[in-house]
Amino acid sequence: MALLEIKNLTVEFSTAHGPFRAVDNIDLTVDAGELVAIVGESGSGKSVSMLALMGLLPWTAKVTADRMALDGKELTDMPQNQRRRVAGKDMAMIFQEPMTSLNPCFTIGFQMNEIMARHLSLTRHERDKRAVELLSMVGIPSPESRLRAFPHQLSGGMSQRVMIAMMISCNPRLLIADEPTTALDVTIQAQILELLASLQQDTGMALVLITHDMGVVAEVAQRVVVQYAGQQVEAREVIDLFDTPKHPYTQALLAALPERAKTQQLPSIPGVVPGQLDRPDGCLFNPRCQYTVEACKRIPPGIQNGVRCHTPLDAKGNPTDPNGLRQDMKVSS
Amino acid sequence: MFQYFLNKLSTTIPTFLGITLIAFAFIRVLPGDPIMLLGGERGVTPERYQELATQFGFDRPIYIQYKDFLLNILSGDFGQSFVTKQPVIDEFLARFPATVELSFAAMFLAILLGLPAGIVAAVKRGSWFDHTLMGLSLTGYSMPVFWLGLLLIILFSSILGWTPVSGRISLMYYFDIHTGFMTIDALISGQKGAFRSALSHLILPAITLGTIPMAVIARQTRSAMLEVLSEDYVRTARAKGLSTFRIIGLHAFRNALITVITVIGLQVGVLLAGAILTETIFAWPGIGKWMLDSIFRRDYQVVQGGLILISSIVIVVNLTIDLLYGLINPRIRQTRG
Repeated sequence: MALLEIKNLTVEFSTAHGPFRAVDNIDLTVDAGELVAIVGESGSGKSVSMLALMGLLPWTAKVTADRMALDGKELTDMPQNQRRRVAGKDMAMIFQEPMTSLNPCFTIGFQMNEIMARHLSLTRHERDKRAVELLSMVGIPSPESRLRAFPHQLSGGMSQRVMIAMMISCNPRLLIADEPTTALDVTIQAQILELLASLQQDTGMALVLITHDMGVVAEVAQRVVVQYAGQQVEAREVIDLFDTPKHPYTQALLAALPERAKTQQLPSIPGVVPGQLDRPDGCLFNPRCQYTVEACKRIPPGIQNGVRCHTPLDAKGNPTDPNGLRQDMKVSS
Repeated sequence: MFQYFLNKLSTTIPTFLGITLIAFAFIRVLPGDPIMLLGGERGVTPERYQELATQFGFDRPIYIQYKDFLLNILSGDFGQSFVTKQPVIDEFLARFPATVELSFAAMFLAILLGLPAGIVAAVKRGSWFDHTLMGLSLTGYSMPVFWLGLLLIILFSSILGWTPVSGRISLMYYFDIHTGFMTIDALISGQKGAFRSALSHLILPAITLGTIPMAVIARQTRSAMLEVLSEDYVRTARAKGLSTFRIIGLHAFRNALITVITVIGLQVGVLLAGAILTETIFAWPGIGKWMLDSIFRRDYQVVQGGLILISSIVIVVNLTIDLLYGLINPRIRQTRG
């Protein structure tokens, strides 16, 4: 049985212009000890879906799912107070901005102690001891004295290490890392990624890594889910996905990697992710796709063989036509 | 932290000097001559006028008068009232406890009700509670103090007859003064009904005086909490699976308190200003009423001395608030400068 099972997760925000669907029928399974990456541009709903899983969205969000289960425990109909016992213990999350994610008014020791006091039955002394162990585990020098430090005395990289130490303190089965390196210096980014990957190996927890950086994905992930405008467009093993992307969006993302670029100028994907008011009919990617046919503009594609596309790409990167759409309709310019 | 304290302390010196200058000038630019007022309806002869002017030192150049005034104050001498011939400091000290008691009671009410109301309004943003509270606080803030006091007297004293109209305690009680706080002295005296009487005299003035600070505290707490509740660290606290009470009461409120403490400190000045009106309406024998009477009598020494004493208290309170602020906010505690 998979550790995490999500079926048909949809998140809608009520706005002045009516409901906005930030996450659109997402499925996700993560096995114990697996490292899955969720990739996509800003606004593709990757953070929102995981925040929904953790129960961290504001009350304006309407979350629906056929199934959202961790370790077989259904979360959708779990009462609030029980759900809070799952967050922080069985699944934990670290965030994009480490500098603002720690409370400026309390010491590192206090903030680490607090989560253990909530979920573990340890004495105060044992908690302090464990905090020191955890801090040295995540590579913080002189951890004893760090316990008395306040967040503003730490750098961004150090803060993120503290966040990681804090969030793995209760031995979660699943850790969600929401763009954990985006706000950090490039030199620190690699260190944090390595730390996460090695912690995942050592503790055997599953790790969901949210990122927009395909390079990061290639380095650490086993499986990749590509999201676009709140939908999943492709979900496959990392090696397969990098070798033979099937969705035009994945192909375009990979082509934008500096090490893969064939020209002097880095290729980009024209346009932006559609927002609430400019969602196209048919395939959501069609205005930006270079293989668009008439059908793409009218019929929303379903998921076939792990890819949401009318014209999935073949091994050579050329569009195919499994449903015979092109015979009936001429290719649009 | 000590460095921080010294810095804050040094900034109060120019403030204090400025206040002495304003206090000295303020009463002198008011039209009206204290000697003429002292003389009453019969007036004074030019010779007698000259004599009194020399006695009070009004015939000397104005800057000499200011210099003497400043030196006297620095040596702790606030002069004596023209009218009562009592030292200003004695008159002040005799009335000050009444004002402190009233201000404490007002601030206690304001914090006790304003703070939780602001927190609940922020957490339940957009609810009927939120809208009602914001409407009420706007009303409370905009309502003139004297009018509110009169309305309360009409309702609770005249119509309902629940509370006395004025004074600090019913005349049937008499006991020694220990603290100068009527409620506490009444408790110490052990006389039956004395405490109840003191409290019923205190409640309406306290509500009158506390309404504006309460409205300000409620609104500021609400907005500070709203800001803090959307911070990343509050999300972290939720991700840790902490209880709602702990998230709001500890993680969010502790940060909101940094702003709210400042606001509460600023209200102390508002309280002392409001005390003048409140004490006049309720015939509360405090420094507010004393100052007002002295202004009408052009009692230079009392007005300038009283102004300085009151301002000094506000300065001390603000200094204390700054220190508290440093204690609450670790980012300030550990910076030098």
